[in-house]
Amino acid sequence: MSRLHRALIRDLWHLRGQVIATALVVSVGIGAFVTMVSTYQSLARARADYYSTYRFADVFAGLKRAPDSLAATLRLIPGVAAVQTRVAEDVVLSVVKLAEPATGRLISLPSAAQSGESLNRLYLTAGRYPSPWSDDEIVASQTFARANSLSLGSRIGAVLNGRWKVLRIVGLALSPEYVYEVGPGMVVPDNRRFGVLWMNAEGLATAFNMKGAFNDLSLSLARGASSKDVIDAVDRLLAPYGGFRAYDRTEQPSNRFLTDELGEIEVNATYIPAIFLAVAVFLVYTLLVRLITIQRSQIALLKAFGYSNVRIGMHYLEFALLIVALGLTIGLTLGGYFGAGLIGVYQQYFHFPVLRYRLGLSLILFATAIALAAALGGSLTAARRAVRLPPAAAMRPEPPRSFRAGVLDRAGLIRRLDTVTKAILRNLARRPWRAALSVLGIAAAVATVVIGRFMFDAVNALMAVHFDAAEREDVTVTFNETRSRGAVTSLRELPGVLRVEPFRAMPALIRAGHREKRVSVLAVPPSGTLRQLIDARRRRIEVPPGGLVLTRKLARILGVVEGNHVLVEQLDGRRQQFTAAVVRLSDEPVGINGYMDADALAGLLGEDAPISGALLQVDKSREPALFASLKHTPAVAAVSIRSATLATIRAIMNRSFILMTIVMTGFGIVLVAGVVYNSVRIALSERGTELASLRVLGFTRVEVGQLLLGEQALLTLVAIPAGCALGALICRLLVPAFDRELFRLPFILTGATFGFASLVTLGSAAAAGCLVAGRIARLDLIAVLKARE
Amino acid sequence: MQVRGVSKTYRLGEVEVHALRGIDLELQEGELVVILGASGSGKSTLLNILGGLDTPTRGEVRYRDHILSNANDRALTRYRREHVGFVFQFFNLLPSLTALENVELVTEIAAHAISPREVLERVGLGDRLHHFPSQLSGGEQQRVAIARALAKRPDVLFCDEPTGSLDYPTGKRVLEVLERANRDLGTLVVLITHNVAIAAMANRVVRLSSGSIAEVHVNPTQASAEAISW
Repeated sequence: MSRLHRALIRDLWHLRGQVIATALVVSVGIGAFVTMVSTYQSLARARADYYSTYRFADVFAGLKRAPDSLAATLRLIPGVAAVQTRVAEDVVLSVVKLAEPATGRLISLPSAAQSGESLNRLYLTAGRYPSPWSDDEIVASQTFARANSLSLGSRIGAVLNGRWKVLRIVGLALSPEYVYEVGPGMVVPDNRRFGVLWMNAEGLATAFNMKGAFNDLSLSLARGASSKDVIDAVDRLLAPYGGFRAYDRTEQPSNRFLTDELGEIEVNATYIPAIFLAVAVFLVYTLLVRLITIQRSQIALLKAFGYSNVRIGMHYLEFALLIVALGLTIGLTLGGYFGAGLIGVYQQYFHFPVLRYRLGLSLILFATAIALAAALGGSLTAARRAVRLPPAAAMRPEPPRSFRAGVLDRAGLIRRLDTVTKAILRNLARRPWRAALSVLGIAAAVATVVIGRFMFDAVNALMAVHFDAAEREDVTVTFNETRSRGAVTSLRELPGVLRVEPFRAMPALIRAGHREKRVSVLAVPPSGTLRQLIDARRRRIEVPPGGLVLTRKLARILGVVEGNHVLVEQLDGRRQQFTAAVVRLSDEPVGINGYMDADALAGLLGEDAPISGALLQVDKSREPALFASLKHTPAVAAVSIRSATLATIRAIMNRSFILMTIVMTGFGIVLVAGVVYNSVRIALSERGTELASLRVLGFTRVEVGQLLLGEQALLTLVAIPAGCALGALICRLLVPAFDRELFRLPFILTGATFGFASLVTLGSAAAAGCLVAGRIARLDLIAVLKARE
Repeated sequence: MQVRGVSKTYRLGEVEVHALRGIDLELQEGELVVILGASGSGKSTLLNILGGLDTPTRGEVRYRDHILSNANDRALTRYRREHVGFVFQFFNLLPSLTALENVELVTEIAAHAISPREVLERVGLGDRLHHFPSQLSGGEQQRVAIARALAKRPDVLFCDEPTGSLDYPTGKRVLEVLERANRDLGTLVVLITHNVAIAAMANRVVRLSSGSIAEVHVNPTQASAEAISW
């Protein structure tokens, strides 16, 4: 080991506090990057493997009823590789340990003859497939079974087309169609109250009068085929059979959620590491500049001995590289650890046969390259200073810091301040860039904490709007087919029902020019109070007697504004078409819908059975009796219970958002502490003599501490509002990423969030400052009488 | 101020250094005392102990009713704050504060301070109040430092080689200021130097050698700072 290398190690040891603080900031940046990217890669890989091995279909379509023979015709569509026809029905389930009724999706299994080319294959985790002749054996989704403590041999009651039937679980499975197993209209999975069940095609078809027919279609595409062309062809073929518009994987709910989640991870993988590495560059730079200043005479000596500029420049580059290497090592370890942890969290929501955490070599190399770039970014300019120092100048001590009356003095701004404050302000004004970068670093930390709480605030606000203003019903009942108005009467007779508001949810294709969207047009009675349309300020919008109200997001998708006309194609019943004016736009935060007055829609369609479900307000004390009878009500296909949905969302929020808050707060603390600790250490190094002489003059440790820490305290106080603003800005930029069809996050940050971020920042700044302030006690008072540094 | 049997021993690595060996000394209010000695004679160590920056290994140091020899950091800080002024060889002004503000920094924590402007005028810097240290010459900086030390009306003023980093005329100017402070304010001035010529202006000269007092010499008449030369 050369002398210079030994010196390097001694310097690192001597400056260990700052070295560690800087390395930690690097490690958070690298750690966050590695966590996010490795999680992304692991999920994406698991998805790709799952989809290809279990033949996840490319195009999906629902329809009313078509003969099995149509499959052969569908197979002839150019670009179609395989066709799978099935029967799929939503039914109400009665699960033993669950008071409320659950919703089950019954899907037919391909017969043994078909299974060769079947799509969306199951991954059987336990048990077996139903025996060919059975009509009560089912394979249950493993997720649903686990959530309800069901196992092989357990029984589930179900109302199949009006007839009560007990189903027996003989197998448990996962399906690529339900990686994210979420019920219709739900944003978060409620695995207790929604589950997928597979049974023999024969039994299911018999129960639903679908023998020789199908109502669900999956297709796989040949390599290079256009999904759009195939979808158009499928739609044409299915139109006579009540087809509800085919869609590709991008609209397949489970895949859509998974894709959105991956997109979110990608966003997080960019800006969080970028913030930290930028701050790390700044810290490396200031640390190195200070080190070079202290070592001026040493540098001169080396040059005088004949060390080359390159060798000396390299010495300081190596210093930076070693710090960053330490950060990289910690970051890779943290990244691997948290990545594996995050995959564990995702396993609760996304169900893959195999979801293995994998931290690939290429990612490690990439992270190393980023860290290297940060090290060079911070050290090149600084090292150039050392190189440029002429040997003679380097031998002289650092010239005294010159101050002159600056803007602050000329403007008379600081005349009235006390002397300590003046000294602090002038020190800051003398190096405005360093002060600005410190503020930026601390502000980035504040912003990090704010961002960590944003989801919590926004989802809370979304839920308040959604559940308090928009959807106020206790229970939503969906019938298995449209019913006459008489159905309302029978619902009213159920125990505990206080109010019934019928609705018609009509699947429809809304077209505007060349744009189109498959949605549900919801017709509600004008007197209704349970489902309200609201504007951006949560004020109620009346459903107009004629014309259409569209969710603002839907209007954007269709490219229409209030006053435009759209073409509405009914996708069920008699498949009629009509043109309607867009009278208003509504701002409910969940889902996209069209809304119409119930009488207006019934008039247009001329239906005599215009009810597809009802919203109920119920007496809480009689809920058990209501639920018990809903479990056995023949006409009901699905029941959704507001309190259960709320509880599920709350549970998920608590789990994931608290974790997010903790992690981001931790990141913020590292950042504040890193910046403040380094700044104060550098200030102490620059002004140690000054401060020690004040101690000699009789200043107490506390007074000297104020002078030392005052600067950072001031910067922190400036950085807090700046960081709150920065955090709000970043959240504002993140909001479009959450402007989705399923839900739209509002841009809302609460005072509590800003208060929390401010307190965390103040606390960690104070802790970091005090850590250094402890060194004031160790200032060498005697040395200052003699030495001139 | 009484010093009784004060010794100071340092450990420098493996070696024990006896910086002071049994010093006995009494300093009277209003005196101007010069402590002479070569480097390594222990004069700085003695000054540190008198000034409340360090405590002796053995012996007792008393200032009025304070016992400094076994005081803790808090008590020593109070002693320095209330009774002591320091003038350093390298001035040690705060570069970010003007001359006036450097003085104000100290008067803000003192109980019976002199007006900062007045004390700066007294050291001949009435026209340099708003200059920063980097805009002042060495002598001017040292006079600001003296003004800073005097502004809180210290009972004792310790000066460690106050002319050590100044040229001859500037050094003399600084000595004049110290002399005037001793005469006009009645401050006990303790001045350590290796410059023998300065001894002429003292009431008493204490010569240190190898950590012991080699000689105490009382000047029957003191030369004025103007009169001495080196």
